Amino acid sequence: MSDPNTPYAIRTYDAETLKDALRKMFLIRKFEEGAEDSYTRGLIHGTMHLSIGQEASAVGSCMSLSDADKITSTHRGHGHCVAKGADLGRMFAEFFGKEDGYCRGRGGSMHIADVEKGNLGANGIVGGGLPIAVGAALSAKRLNTGAVTVCFFGDGANNEGAFHEALNMAAVWKLPVVFVCENNRYGMSTSTEKSTAVKHIADRASAYNMPGTTVDGNDFSAVAEAVDTAVAHARAGNGPSLVENLTYRWRGHSKSDRNRYRTKEEISDWMARDPILHMSALLVEHKVMSEADVAALETETAQVIQDAIAFANASPAPTAAEATRFVYTDGEAA
Amino acid sequence: MNMQNAPDIRELSYAEAIREAMDIALGSDERVVLMGEDIGVYGGAFQVTGDLIDKYGPDRVMDTPISELGGAGVAVGAAMTGLRPIFEFQFSDFATLAMEQIVNQAAKIRFMLGGAVSVPLVMRFPAGSGTGAAAQHSQSIEAWLGHVPGLKVIQPSTPEDAKGMLLAALEDPDPVMIFEHKILYKMRGPVPEGHYTIPIGKAAVRREGKDLTIVATSLMVHKALAAADDLAQNGIDAEVIDLRTIRPMDRDTVLASVRKTGRLICVYEGVKTLGVGAEISAMVAESDAFDYLDAPIFRLGGAESPIPYNPELEKAVVPQVPDILNAATELAQGRL
Repeated sequence: MSDPNTPYAIRTYDAETLKDALRKMFLIRKFEEGAEDSYTRGLIHGTMHLSIGQEASAVGSCMSLSDADKITSTHRGHGHCVAKGADLGRMFAEFFGKEDGYCRGRGGSMHIADVEKGNLGANGIVGGGLPIAVGAALSAKRLNTGAVTVCFFGDGANNEGAFHEALNMAAVWKLPVVFVCENNRYGMSTSTEKSTAVKHIADRASAYNMPGTTVDGNDFSAVAEAVDTAVAHARAGNGPSLVENLTYRWRGHSKSDRNRYRTKEEISDWMARDPILHMSALLVEHKVMSEADVAALETETAQVIQDAIAFANASPAPTAAEATRFVYTDGEAA
Repeated sequence: MNMQNAPDIRELSYAEAIREAMDIALGSDERVVLMGEDIGVYGGAFQVTGDLIDKYGPDRVMDTPISELGGAGVAVGAAMTGLRPIFEFQFSDFATLAMEQIVNQAAKIRFMLGGAVSVPLVMRFPAGSGTGAAAQHSQSIEAWLGHVPGLKVIQPSTPEDAKGMLLAALEDPDPVMIFEHKILYKMRGPVPEGHYTIPIGKAAVRREGKDLTIVATSLMVHKALAAADDLAQNGIDAEVIDLRTIRPMDRDTVLASVRKTGRLICVYEGVKTLGVGAEISAMVAESDAFDYLDAPIFRLGGAESPIPYNPELEKAVVPQVPDILNAATELAQGRL
């Protein structure tokens, strides 16, 4: 195990931790597939942004976080929520607009949060979570909680003013935050080549005097190594870092996407670089799991999703009489 | 107002009263932090934070970069996770750069998350014209934010209210936006010592009268009171209501006054159309108080124009005492 050629994840985590990571990756994939299927069957009101193909980025970025640590997420945030330990039934209930959902049906796919597990929420505004993550890191520093915040954002957000203002403030105040850019190559239809003046978004870290790293975002071990390093750096009081996970969304931006900005070949090339297959192969190769174990895990997670969907279907809908509840705290039990 | 613990009253300026409130808050609650541009050693563009940095240091009185959007968002995130930030915009006009975080985030997070978290955030907005700072440093945009469910929006008009309502805002679990008219900063008035609060959402009857009701906000309260003195000399007895909060609006106080006087003038510095006066007027028109009206409702608001630089033009685009006097006289004499 001390062989330096052994991948970071194998050197660093015990077998149970690695199995749990693969399990979460399966759960994300199957949550997204279940969401898509539910949409197709007319159970979903509204749209959704699926993260199929980006599972290693979500799970690998949360490996050294506890429930006390925070994340902020994006409109493509189901994976982050699962990675931070959310209950799948409550996630589906939110997706279905039900009272048992994480937001009691008021937020939906784009606002799922799980505050008790440290997930401060997905965000419907590109770049909206970046300054909020810095604020959470400011609280951690001032209140001496020792918590680190991981801020997920996409390549599209790196051209928002909020990105630049947030990174600058985090660096000036040396706050415990890790900016994790999930570069899936397109902000909706506009490629990073068309939208972004630097080749690697991580290059922008140098403008804010923080470490910047670009990794293969479909390689769980590479993501985990980069983000664990950045989290440790933050936790030691050394301030923020920027990690760029190069990845790809297999599905379109949302349900309206006709995929006219990319080729079938490009999509299939990336599908061949499936992060779940990559992770499974790694664990089999290093004898953490057998192929039969992996197959059993996949079957088990599929059942979890079926149970979660059943829970969500059975959950009551909020009543119209409570449509404006939760606007203000007044009169509500905290 | 609860005066039990605050028996000693002395005169302070409006700015000093705000500073005293922040001093009390910083001294009694470690979660409170001040954030804003040049609020540290500079003391704030209007010297509201003054020397608080000397007492509390740069970690509690934080100079932010000139990054209104990011700064506001940091305050939102900090408020969600245990701090009680008081965020100062250098001029309320600059809040236009931060609308995303105020409107999409601060106002909606509690709702979007089904009540799982609150955003106990206080933001301060130096507002209004009269300083010769022209169109981008003189606006009154409180009605913009008053249109956003999830926010509370207040406009204290006296030093006593400025202190008590800021302390109330800090106790409020939801985001409170405080619009402070820059011309009021140097106005002096009695301010109780120590900690006290003045409730958000409650208007104040500043002058009782029977002939007509003037509902005013912020600096316009003082202009309305000056006009009311002149009106009294002409035998017209005006009631002046200081609205103090535009969201949530104190319906009961306004309607009770209109039922009594039968006449209503709304005076506010923000642009007249789609402004605070439109809401007050509609509130009356949609209620039983409408039946008590003896004359049409009259609005005096800002002109349909940016604020000009030239001092005479600057005065011309916002209501002045003679405007209120004329409107009230016409209304009381049945000519409107």
